[in-house]
Amino acid sequence: MSTALEIAAAVRAGTTTARKVVEEHLAVASAREGELHACNLLMTDDALAAADAVDEAVARGDDPGPLAGVPIALKDNMCTRGVPTTCSSKILEGWTPPYNATVVDRLRAAGAIVIAKTNLDEFAMGSSTENSAFGPTRNPHDPSRVPGGSSGGSAAAVAAGYAPLALGSDTGGSIRQPAALCGVVGMKPTYGAVSRYGLIAFASSLDQIGPFATTVADAAALLEVIGGHDPLDTTSIAGPAPAVTAELGRGVEGLRVGVVQELSGEGIDPDVAARVGEASDALTAAGAKVEDASVPACTFGLSAYYLIAPAEASSNLARFDGVRYGLRVDGEDITEMYNRTRTAGFGAEVKRRIMLGTYALSAGYYDAYYGKALKVRTLIARDFAAAYEQFDVLISPTAPTTAFAFGAKTENPLSMYLSDVCTIPSNLAGHPAISGPFGTGDDGLPVGVQVLAPALGEPVMFRVAAAIEAAAPRSAS
Amino acid sequence: MAVAQLTREEVAHVARLARLELSEDELDTFTGQLADVLDHAADVEALEIDDVPPTAHPLPLVNVLREDVVMPSLDRVEVLAAAPHVEDGRFVVPRILGEAP
Repeated sequence: MSTALEIAAAVRAGTTTARKVVEEHLAVASAREGELHACNLLMTDDALAAADAVDEAVARGDDPGPLAGVPIALKDNMCTRGVPTTCSSKILEGWTPPYNATVVDRLRAAGAIVIAKTNLDEFAMGSSTENSAFGPTRNPHDPSRVPGGSSGGSAAAVAAGYAPLALGSDTGGSIRQPAALCGVVGMKPTYGAVSRYGLIAFASSLDQIGPFATTVADAAALLEVIGGHDPLDTTSIAGPAPAVTAELGRGVEGLRVGVVQELSGEGIDPDVAARVGEASDALTAAGAKVEDASVPACTFGLSAYYLIAPAEASSNLARFDGVRYGLRVDGEDITEMYNRTRTAGFGAEVKRRIMLGTYALSAGYYDAYYGKALKVRTLIARDFAAAYEQFDVLISPTAPTTAFAFGAKTENPLSMYLSDVCTIPSNLAGHPAISGPFGTGDDGLPVGVQVLAPALGEPVMFRVAAAIEAAAPRSAS
Repeated sequence: MAVAQLTREEVAHVARLARLELSEDELDTFTGQLADVLDHAADVEALEIDDVPPTAHPLPLVNVLREDVVMPSLDRVEVLAAAPHVEDGRFVVPRILGEAP
């Protein structure tokens, strides 16, 4: 399979056509989708029509853009005008948005071809894709294992070759953790670097859209297309997208790399920890100065996250009330209609998070829970700031384990939440982080290594990720 | 300040606030599961950090304003077409008030 950059170069040069590229990828998707269920919708007709438009532009001598003819899969919580957008929830089944997310418009302007809407944990709440109302996605490396989540469909689609690129959303690790479990690259940008307009909100102060790819260079190219200021998102950072592609070949000579001790010890499987150790050895060999780093407040990350994210979710998901869109189950009066609609429309994990968040925000508990958790974000940001006085970037495992079996963590929600222990601190601080594959665990399944950077530190983060990629053992798949 | 142990009655109250109907079994399950998460959060709840300011964005953004000019918006027909029940260009809902005596 070609990379996104190879495809775009060939389409722009006229040595292949977007239609041929899209047909090849749709054939892969069709062949594997019955087994994997990575997608809620394959957009065959729309994709072929968009491919033909790119080919016509090339024939006219117009430049169709930096991602010309490149197939991309979108997590099904990003609005696509006229194309169903479900969040893998019964409450939105059949809804077609009247507008596009900003990232969708930017992809199309860059010549990318949207080929699918991918499966997710309902409303992006979960770490395994088992919470989808439409059934789980399977890991392409071992279909008896989960792909991770919540962007499990996007990760699986890229790993299985449906598309060289996908978009996911990352609230507590929902891009990076499935990228690690599926052996692909996944990246969460600085909060505000990519527009959230048209991303159906889970926890608004944490959510970020970001790229999945098979290479660090492809992820960089995609970030440059989707990033940059958007007046339709009030949290959007002024200025252009981070320029990262130019950094990739610069090497890591002289960079200071810290290994986060709080994210590397207890609870991390030994084989995963061993791969992170090998990645840091590789950085040392490449000329970086690698030392232990400490970010003590990270140990409060999981607790703070599971107060903040459900609180914001309980508020955001109040809009699903059967009035303006989606499911309605009628009742005698409006309260009964609300109750019946929400009870029938939401799955168990969504209800659990709404309950937790409603409780954390209710009278008498706000200061003790939500208010305090927001202050913990400051503690974490301060500890990161102290670490970044000594280090250019930090590294850690992305997830504590490789891909786990279906059902292994569904009975105990807290055990599932622990899957995100290494990824959550970056969301709470609003910082960027990237996961790239680095070898396999004892079970032969992919391991991800995470590179963390300060806000707007994408350029140096991509430099280090590229160096880790260059040193990574070639995967068998 | 220790937050009191979560009770089944509180969970039922929260479900009413959240407009969710839970079965008796679900109430039992959620009471245990939510208590587990709140127990885990006891470390945060116990922190003495009154003087620490809260954080919601990594960068010091301030309120974002734009010129007060008319901009294109969503198409009304398209928006209403997505609703479960509309009439005369409006959303229709079940009755909100009880019958007059």
